[in-house]
Amino acid sequence: MSKAILFDATECIGCLECEGACAQQNGLPYDETIAQAKKMSETKVTYVATGPDETYMRRLCMHCEDPACASVCPVEALVKTPEGPVAYYGDKCMGCRYCMVACPFSVPKYEWSKAIPRVTKCTLCGDRTGMTTGCAEACPTGATMVGDRTQLLAEAHRRISQNPGTYLNHIYGEDEVGGTSVLMISAVPFGEFGLPTQYGPTPLPQLTGAVLAHIPDVVTVGGVVLGGIYWITHRREIVAKVENDEKDEH
Amino acid sequence: MNMKLPKLTFWRTVFVLILISGAFATYIRIFGGLGASTNLSDEFPWGIWIGFDILCGVMLAAGGFTLMATVHIFNVKEYKPIARPALLTAFLGYLLVIGALMFDLGQPWNVFRVMVTFQPRSVMWEVGWCVMLYTTVLFLEFLPIVFEKLRYEKPLRILHMISVPLIILGVILSTLHQSSLGSLYLIVPGKLHPLWYTPMLPVLFWISAITIGLAMTIFESTMSARHFPGHSLEPRLIRGLGGIMMVFLIIYGVVRMQNLFSRDALQYAMQPTYEATMFWAEVALGFAIPIALLMFRQIRESPVRLYIVSILVISGFLLNRLNVAVTGMEGSAGVRYIPKWSEVSITLSIVAVGIFLFTMAVKYLPIFTHGHEMPAEEKSQDKLTPTIPVPVG
Repeated sequence: MSKAILFDATECIGCLECEGACAQQNGLPYDETIAQAKKMSETKVTYVATGPDETYMRRLCMHCEDPACASVCPVEALVKTPEGPVAYYGDKCMGCRYCMVACPFSVPKYEWSKAIPRVTKCTLCGDRTGMTTGCAEACPTGATMVGDRTQLLAEAHRRISQNPGTYLNHIYGEDEVGGTSVLMISAVPFGEFGLPTQYGPTPLPQLTGAVLAHIPDVVTVGGVVLGGIYWITHRREIVAKVENDEKDEH
Repeated sequence: MNMKLPKLTFWRTVFVLILISGAFATYIRIFGGLGASTNLSDEFPWGIWIGFDILCGVMLAAGGFTLMATVHIFNVKEYKPIARPALLTAFLGYLLVIGALMFDLGQPWNVFRVMVTFQPRSVMWEVGWCVMLYTTVLFLEFLPIVFEKLRYEKPLRILHMISVPLIILGVILSTLHQSSLGSLYLIVPGKLHPLWYTPMLPVLFWISAITIGLAMTIFESTMSARHFPGHSLEPRLIRGLGGIMMVFLIIYGVVRMQNLFSRDALQYAMQPTYEATMFWAEVALGFAIPIALLMFRQIRESPVRLYIVSILVISGFLLNRLNVAVTGMEGSAGVRYIPKWSEVSITLSIVAVGIFLFTMAVKYLPIFTHGHEMPAEEKSQDKLTPTIPVPVG
C-alpha cells in the first residue's frame, strides 16, 4: 500500500477549497491575497493553476517514486518513505537548497525571510494516519482522491478507456521521471498548466548515479597508476645514481 | 620594507573598505537571513556564493594538486620552487571555500551531518566528503612547512614518511571533487541550458581544473616575482608551464566543441540570445584566443606574454563556471539574477582575506624556499628568514 493522489482535472471546479484546507492542515496563513497567488511559496504548498476555458489543475509536490530531491540531499533531510510521501525533516536540513535546484517540478520552496530557514513543501499529510489528506477531504467534487497508487492508476486507466473523448490518453505521473505518487488526468494538455513535459520515464537520480558509480574505479585505478608513475620516475633516478657510482669506482 | 606602522596605501584602503562592508553584510546575513542578504529566490536558489565562491574557488585552488603531482609523482624536480606557493594557495583556497559555504547554507550548524550520513547517491555528499578529506590532506602537506620553521624535526620525519601516499590521495580526491562539481548539474537536464548541460560535465570540469592549475601557477609565479623580489621562476620553467597549458587547452577545446557538435547543441550558439553571447565570451577568453596566441613562438617563449595569456584563460574559465551556475540556469528559472551588494561584498571580503593570509604566510613561513631537503638552498633560506626567536623542539 503506497499512499497516492489521483487528480481528475475534468471534475475540478476551481473552488480553491483544497488550498484553504491545506493551509489549515499545515498551520499556514490563508486569505484573499494568498488565494490569488498562482504559485507555490513558503506559505503555500499547493495551488490551483488555471488553464484555457475555465479548466483547472492542481499543483503540489508530486512525491516521485525515485525523487531527485531525496537523492541529492547530502544529509537525508528528504526521504521517500515506503508509505508513499516524500518526507522532509527540517531539523536535519543544512539548507544547501540542492533539492530546490534538482527538483524537476521546482516544488521545494524556502523560508527566505527567516534567520533559521527551512524548506517547505507538501507532505502528502504523511503525519496523518489512514488514506486521507486535507485537500482530498475538502474537495466538494471528488476531483482530488487519495488511495493506493496501484488502485488509483487502475482507476485512471478505467476512466480514460471509458471516456476516450473526455480525457487525453495520458496519465501524468505514471511514467514521468520514473513515476510519481501524484497522478493527474485531464482534457487539456498538461503543458498548458505549466507542468513540465520534457521528462521521460528515466528517474533523474540515475543521471548522477551513472557517474557516482565510477568513484571506486577512479580511486583504485588512480591509486595504482599514480603509484606506478611514482615508482617508475623515482626508480629511474636510483638506477642512474647507481650507474654513476659504478662508473666512478672504475 | 621594515616599516613599523603600515602606511595607508591605495590597496590597503580598498582592503579595509571591503572588510567593513563585508562585516556589515555578514550582520545582515546572520540576523536578516538569506532573503535580506541576497537576491536569491524560490526561482533562483543558487547565486554567486555557489557559482563563484564554491565553483570558482575550488577551480582556482587546482594548482595545488596539479603541481604536487608534477613535482612529486612525475618527479619533475625543476618545479619544486613553486610547489609550495601552489600548495599554500590550495590550502587557503579550500579553507575559504568552506568559510564561504557557511554563508550560503541556511542552517550551517547542520553541516556536520554530511559526515554522519551515508548517502552515496548524492553528489553533494560526495563533494562534502572529498573537500573535507582533501582539506585534511592539504593541512598535512602544509604542516611540514610550519614544522620546518619551528624546527620540529621528529614530527617532520613522520610526515615525510607518509608524504607520498598523502600526495597520491590528494590527487585522487581532487580528481573526484573537481569533476563532481560538474556532476552536481547532471540532475537538472530540464533546467540547465543545452550549451552547458552535457553528460560530459564532470570530465570538462576536471580537464579545466588542471588547465587552470597550470594557468594559476604561471599567474602566481609572475605576481610573486613582482612582489617578492628574488623569487622569480626561471623563464625556462614558465615556458614549460605554458607549453603544457597549451596542450590541455587544446584537449579541452576539442572535447568541448566536439561535445556540442555531437549533441547538436551548436545551433543554440548561433542564435542571438544572451546565453549565446555569454557562451562565445567564455569560448573566446577561455581557449579560442589563448590557443591562437600560443601558436606564436614569440608569445609562447615570453614569460610576460604567457602571464597575459594565463589571465585570459583564468577569466574565461571563471566565466564558464558562472555560466553553468547562473547564466545557464536563468532561462528555465524565468528570472534574471543579479547579486545583491551584500553577496558581492562578502565574496570580495573572502578574496581579500585570502590575499592577506597568503601575504602573511609568505612573510613568516618558508614558502618560497626549501630549507629542509635541499642543502644547496639552506643558505639562501637563512638569508631570507627574518630573525625571530625560534623555539627549538
